[in-house]
Formats: sequence, C-alpha cells, structure tokens
Amino acid sequence: MTFRTTRRGLLAGAAATGALALPGSRLLAAERVKAGWVYVGPIGDHGWTYTHDQGRLEVEKALGEKVVTTYVENVAEGPDAERVIRQLAASGNDIVFATSFGFMNPVIRVAKQFPKVKFEHATGYKTAPNVAVYNARFHEGRAVIGTIAGRLSKSGIVGYIASFPIPEVVMGINAFTLAMRKKRPDARIKVVWVNSWYDPGKEADAAKALIDQGADIITQHTDSPAPLQVAEERGVSGFGQASDMRKFAPNAQLTAIVDNWGPYYVERVKAVLEGSWKSHTIWYGLKEGMVQIAPYGPRVPEEVRAEADAVKQGIIDGTLHPFAGPIRDQKGELRVPEGQNLSDEELLEIDWYVEGVQA
Amino acid sequence: MLRIEARPEPSRTMQLATPFLAVALTVVSGAVLFALLGRDPVVSLHAFFVTPISSLYGLGELALKATPLILIGIGLAAGFRANVWNIGAEGQLVLGAICGGGVALWFWEVDAPWVFPLMVVAAVAGGMVWAAIPAFLKTRLEVNEILVSLMLTYVAVLLLSTLVYGPWKDPEGFNFPQSRMFGEAALMAPILDGTRLHAGILVALAVALAAWLWQARTLSGFALKVVGLAPAAARFAGFRRHRAVWSTLLLGGGLAGLAGLFEVAGPIGQLVPEVSPGYGFTGIIVAFLGRLHPFGVVLAGFLVALSYIGGEVAQIEAGLPQAVTGVFQGMLLFFLLATDFLIRYRLRRVPRRRAAEGG
Repeated sequence: MTFRTTRRGLLAGAAATGALALPGSRLLAAERVKAGWVYVGPIGDHGWTYTHDQGRLEVEKALGEKVVTTYVENVAEGPDAERVIRQLAASGNDIVFATSFGFMNPVIRVAKQFPKVKFEHATGYKTAPNVAVYNARFHEGRAVIGTIAGRLSKSGIVGYIASFPIPEVVMGINAFTLAMRKKRPDARIKVVWVNSWYDPGKEADAAKALIDQGADIITQHTDSPAPLQVAEERGVSGFGQASDMRKFAPNAQLTAIVDNWGPYYVERVKAVLEGSWKSHTIWYGLKEGMVQIAPYGPRVPEEVRAEADAVKQGIIDGTLHPFAGPIRDQKGELRVPEGQNLSDEELLEIDWYVEGVQA
Repeated sequence: MLRIEARPEPSRTMQLATPFLAVALTVVSGAVLFALLGRDPVVSLHAFFVTPISSLYGLGELALKATPLILIGIGLAAGFRANVWNIGAEGQLVLGAICGGGVALWFWEVDAPWVFPLMVVAAVAGGMVWAAIPAFLKTRLEVNEILVSLMLTYVAVLLLSTLVYGPWKDPEGFNFPQSRMFGEAALMAPILDGTRLHAGILVALAVALAAWLWQARTLSGFALKVVGLAPAAARFAGFRRHRAVWSTLLLGGGLAGLAGLFEVAGPIGQLVPEVSPGYGFTGIIVAFLGRLHPFGVVLAGFLVALSYIGGEVAQIEAGLPQAVTGVFQGMLLFFLLATDFLIRYRLRRVPRRRAAEGG
C-alpha cells in the first residue's frame, strides 16, 4: 500500500497533473531518457550518496540503451544547488533526482521554469505537477537495530552519533530508543551532534568520546564508516548506516540499515520512458524494500536474530508499529497513550525525544 | 645548485602578461590531464571555460557567484595591504545574513520600500560588529586577529544554526531547519530577465571603484599602505597603526556582511543553516590572486567564479568526477601564483663552491 501524506500542495499538485496528463501523454513516450542526479556528498562516502549512486547504476543496468545518466556530486545545499539543478534540466535531462532535503526550494523554483522536465526530491515536503517527493522509513530499520542493542548491550548505554536535529533524525533516535527499552527498560541513549552529514574525523571523535563515557554499542545517523571503524578498534559493536559497511568492521557490525533506492529509480525512469510519470508523495519502508536490514554479524546470537526478525516481520505485516503507545517524553510526560500510535503526520514534524534519550 | 633571488625590478609587461600565461599553462596541462584520463580534452575544456558563459543565464550566474567574492576580496585586500589579517570574513558574512535576514523575518508581512534598506543597514552593522571584536582585542590587548576572527566564524555559524533550528524556524516548515521564505519587499529582484542576477554585482563594482579611489587618491589610503609596508616609517609619519586595524577590519566586516545579505535576499530567499559555501575563505584567495588591487580583485572574483561553475558544468557535460575538477582548479591557482612568484624572483644557477662559501 502506498502511503500518502496530506502535505501542502499535494492535492493541488495531483489535480493539476491529472489535468495536464490528459491530452495525449501516451504520445510522449520516449525512445531514450536522460536522467540526472544531484548528490549532496561524494559518491565514495559509503553511506547516503553512495546508496543513491548505486540506485543510479541499477537504472543503467535495468534500462541499458534506453537511458543516459549523469550526476553531480558534492553539491552544497545553498545558492549553488539551484544552478546545478537548472543546468541538469537545461542540458536535456528528462528527469532529475535531487537527493537531499536542502535542495527542496531550488527544485521547486527550477521546476517552474522547466515544466516538461520531471523532478524527484528526496525527503522534502513540497510537490508540484512536475515535482514528486520520495522518502524512506528509515526509522523502521532503527526499531530493528534498537531491539538488537537492547539484548546485546552490557552497560545499557548506547552512543548515538547524529547529524542535525531534523524530524528524520529525531524520529530515528526515538524509534531506536523505544525498541531498545522494550528489551532493556533502563537503557540510556547518549546523543552527540556533529552538525554534518559526512565528516569522518568528527564522527570518529564522537564515537571515541561516547565509548569513553561507557557506551558499548555505537550507532549513527551520519554517513561515513568512521564510527564503525572506531568500534572495531575499541572492541565494541555498532550498526552500519545507509549501506552494508561490513568490510570496514567485520566483527563490530551487528547489522546495517540499508537504503535501497534502485527499484524506485528504475520504476520512475521507466515511467518517464512510457509517458506515465505522475507527481506523488511516497514514504516506503521495510515492506516495500526501500529500507532493508543487512545480514547479521558474528556477534549476534541465534535467539537475538530471531527477535530482530520478529520485529522486522511485525512491521512488514503491520502488526507492530514502531511508535505504539504508551510513549513518554524526556520529562516523563505521557505523549501517546496506550492503544494509540503516533500518526505519520505527527512523525514528520516530530521535535521531541522519548524517555531514555540524553540529547 | 639553484638559488632564488629577488629581481631588482619586476617587469611591468610580465605583470600584465602572467595571468594570461597562467591560464594558457592551465589549459595545456589540463588538456594533458583530461587526455590521460581518457576524456576528450576539447570537450572537457569547452565545458569548463566556454559553456558556462555561452548563455545569458550563464553570464548572470557567473556575475552572481562573483559578487560575494569581489565584495569580500576588496575588504580583505585593504586589510592585507596594511598587514591586518582578517581570516574571519566567513563569520562576518554569516552575521550579515543573520542581521539582514532577521529584519526580513521581523517585518515579514510588511510590504514597504524601507524594509530592504533597513536590512542592508542591519547586515553591514552586523558584519562590522563581528569584525570589531578582533579589532578591539588587537588594539587593546594585542591579541592575534587571525585567531580571533577565524574562531568567531565558528561562533557565527553556530549562532545561525541555533536561530534556524529554534526561534526562527518556519512554523509551517515541518520542523526543518530553515526560516520562512522572505516577503517580496525583502527580496532582491533579478536585474536581467531570465537570470538570477541581482543588483549586488553593481554594488560590488561600485565598491571596487570607490576602494581604488580611496587607496590611490587619498591620504588615509596611502597611510594604510605605509603601515603595511614600513611600520617604522608610518610611525615616524604619524600614521596610527590602531586606526589601520580598526578601519580595515570594519571595512572588511561590513562588506562581508553585505555579501551575506545579498546571498540570503538574492538567490536563497530565506535563512538556512548554510548560507555560504565558504565565500569568506575563498575571498582570501581572490584577494591575493587580484594582487590586493581592487580591479585585480574584480577580475580574480570572476575567474574563481568561472572555475567553480566550470567545475559543475564539466561534471554534467563531460562526465568528469568532482575530484578532477578540483585538481583543475588547483592547477589554475598554482600557475597563477607560480608565475607571479617568478616575476619578483628568479632562479639562478650558482657553482657549488660559491654557494657553500656564500652560505
């Protein structure tokens, strides 16, 4: 089932698309599609940008001769982004994927000037007739790894290396903490903000500091494998972020939350090829396979694997909600009563932490 | 043995010729580099130097990108001539963005012609205040202005983060770290249809002219130069060093603040955590490339802007990886500085024995 938020502009956008799509959009079916990607980091980050680029390569593999792809890496989320996105549109790309939140307003501005080009923006909330939004439910993966941490942590302290306090990251911290405290009610999650998505030096320093404060499991919402490498060196465990980072920490990686953009990219580029592309807002998770769990590491015993698999399956079946009440916030105040879940709309705006988080 | 010795009189012809010589050397070695990487050198060089400026939009982008670099470069060059080392233009830029943007947000719903002038005043004042801190510490306590101005950059960036993550966050922005979009009265309209170019470039050129008049035609401008070149002579002539420190830091800070405002009121249109991709630091390179002369800074600003935009286009059109475009930019700087060095110094072959005796 495809989830649709009631975000601003979506209804208007969908209506307008319907109107525009009517007169002979089938006739627009193309022989060959040019697709461009805008990356916020380097493709060699082994995290976020790396997985988007893997998705791009999958498109090339799946569509072969019918697609030409281009990418621009390390595009700062500032005034330069608009020029890069515009340049991609002007140089004949039929569809442009902008893979970071900060590209949202530039995408919307360029999309107005290039009504025939399709734009796809990752993790934002503004749509237009030719701008679709896609995002992944990373927090579902966090619920799985939180379960593992709850069973394997001896000290009950987890070090969490976080980028920026935006809803996606806050949601992840909360999902992790809730899952962990189900297994270990006294667990504490110490958060360090590094104010960057990709800064191996800072990420490693944060990991060291957290281990020194008693954390025996490290997890991260930043993109480099540096924290895992520190975990491997110091004999503690950790989780890979965005891609399977096993080769950087063969012993320390318990598992990894893997972003899998390929199938979505293939589907959307194909839609442009067939002339059936429409604007939408999607938020796919474990069920659709946009979020995946990597194979478990050697330190995860059989019974813990079974528990983690059960959480994963429960989320896929819809029998387990990562944000099921009762949920208390840091002050101990009851935010979600028993029997209720946090809704998607509430999650997308979340700016408070659950009990057990030390942020 | 080779020895470096100063030339008695730098050749004036060569001073004019070296920038072109450097560009020619970069083109030649760039062609070799691209060929070695298996790319068509002509296509790559065309993407770097010609495509970016072959359309009106491209020219507008070039001038837009050069605007903050020129403004900052002129302010810094004045300081560097007087031996005042302001390394914190980035922080002063951010303060300008905060103060100017703050006015825009405060009068968000006011559509009056006085809003923008007030933003300009606030931005210039903000940049000046930030630069006044190192000036005060330098003149009163002899604290090194390099350290203070540099460290204040980090303070400024964190201050901006605090604001956009907190009180200035867009109330309808799903808790993402960005302010509202500014109102119409607070935005700088494009001066050329179909581009993003705003009046900032005209201001930058006017500032360059004014700076040249000041430095070349007034006593206080002359005093700055003497303070930098010959401190003892300056003291003897009654030129006060404190005055040089204050005036150049305030000038540099004010211009950087103005550059920050032009970014947020121009292409960005709101406050975001990253308002500049490092213009304050690139401005240092621009100042030196322009040989600390206002008109040189203008040319250098355009050249550096072209190398950045060319780097983006080369990724899109020629498929060059970003690292290669970075190497190419580095080569350009290297050749400029190397040829510049060889105007003032020469390498002389000296017999080994004489060198030993001389040593």
